[in-house]
Amino acid sequence: MSLEIILFVILGGVAAVTSVIVITRPNPIISALFLVLNFASLAGLYLLLNAQFIAVAQVIVYAGAIMVLFLFVIMLLRPGNEEKIFSRNPVVKIIASIVAGVVFLQIVYMIFFTSPSNSVTGEVSASVNAGTVEAIGRELFTNYILPFEAAGFLLLAAAIGALVLAKKKFE
Amino acid sequence: MSTWEIVIFTLIKILVIFTIMMLTVSYLVYFERRISAWTQNRLGPNRVGWEGVLQPFADVFKLLLKEDIVPEQAEKKIHSLAPVIALFVAFTTYAVIPIGPSFNFFDYNISLVVADVNMGILYVLALTSLGVYAITLAGWSSGSKYSLLGGIRSSAQMISYEISMGFSVGGVILLSESLRPIAIVESQGLWMWNAWIQPIGFITFLVSAFAETNRLPFDLPEAEPELVGGFHTEYSSMKFAGFFLAEYANMIISSALIITLYLGGYQIPFIDITTLGLAHWFEVLIYITAFFFKMGALLFFFLWVRWTIPRFRYDQLMNLGWKVMFPLALLNIIWVAVLIMVFNL
Repeated sequence: MSLEIILFVILGGVAAVTSVIVITRPNPIISALFLVLNFASLAGLYLLLNAQFIAVAQVIVYAGAIMVLFLFVIMLLRPGNEEKIFSRNPVVKIIASIVAGVVFLQIVYMIFFTSPSNSVTGEVSASVNAGTVEAIGRELFTNYILPFEAAGFLLLAAAIGALVLAKKKFE
Repeated sequence: MSTWEIVIFTLIKILVIFTIMMLTVSYLVYFERRISAWTQNRLGPNRVGWEGVLQPFADVFKLLLKEDIVPEQAEKKIHSLAPVIALFVAFTTYAVIPIGPSFNFFDYNISLVVADVNMGILYVLALTSLGVYAITLAGWSSGSKYSLLGGIRSSAQMISYEISMGFSVGGVILLSESLRPIAIVESQGLWMWNAWIQPIGFITFLVSAFAETNRLPFDLPEAEPELVGGFHTEYSSMKFAGFFLAEYANMIISSALIITLYLGGYQIPFIDITTLGLAHWFEVLIYITAFFFKMGALLFFFLWVRWTIPRFRYDQLMNLGWKVMFPLALLNIIWVAVLIMVFNL
């Protein structure tokens, strides 16, 4: 067995197990922590696919920033009531099962019955270099400059919106 | 080299770096106590061994033998996990920092860095962003209001200063056109240190590094008079030692990063020692000595500042982070861009 396969099995296993734990724990903070572990193993999987930049961005953005925010919100709000809502109301359970079923079928269909929309063919070296910062930067600032700037404006608008909302509350 | 040879060499390097770091950390604690004593006109620990040089070992034994108390209200597992995360982040960051150039050892070319990855600097930023978890979780899981307040304060502080830290690094990356720490060191040449070329970026990075390591004047997470002991109020014995070790290990990492990014890494200013005609191994030795000399100077600076400057108030800290350091870091990026445009650096 090559090192790559061993790593893939370990990381894939961790990702699968943690994602199940995330939805089965009653304590939301424990769930959030396992989600962080899940993100970390996903970052490892990206590394195995030579997508270095996405791997590091995954850790910086999701594990390092977004999940910290999640943890803060959970810690400060103490969502004890949530458990009651879900365990007592049967309608919630039925709707949740239907939605989960639909999503599951969708994923099964996508995995087994469709072909990938775009696959990298050709030399190995080209696919190795596709995930580096240089390659991604060049693509972002040439071919995808408009979507990139649009995303930047959206984020700016969201940041200003958050500021306005927070300021209103204080006044 | 085959895959397994690389694995073995990496393991050896990890072992060496780990040993060096543990020794440096324990002696850093000793020097901190001696220097603080010197600043305050006292003697400091001088009983264990000659001038107290065996004090670190005595401290470790003391901490090992202490009773480990976990509060009843605590989330036990997370309470034990938090110091482990702190140590993990502190030690793994060192993997990408070069302490010397590569050299030939029999048939192998060995680089003096554990992992020479071309995403090195981003890797460091990713790991430091994970450091917040240790403190937040320690604060929350202790089940004490002082710990929780300390943890929340500290996370807010670390997140705020991470931003100006990231932007200061941006200037360095623009100049060196690479994210590889070795390439960044070599791009600085003999005297074109980034600290001279972009002094604003150097200062913002230095200040952010102080804030990230929770050192005075930014040690609000522990602020004894108002928060008892901050996020580690409820920690004792080896778990407390874990946080303690992590803090000092973080200081070492920060100084190593500052050296790599701004102070020319392992190079010696103005003297090109490759022209002196010395033996290869001697050159490498000089480079490594230069690196550790710079590191010692910076660590002394860390200690010196701690015992000289009083603590900031919390709102002052946030104002400094968001209204002074962040704009300055942005200004630095513009400055570097202008330099590149005008002088074709």
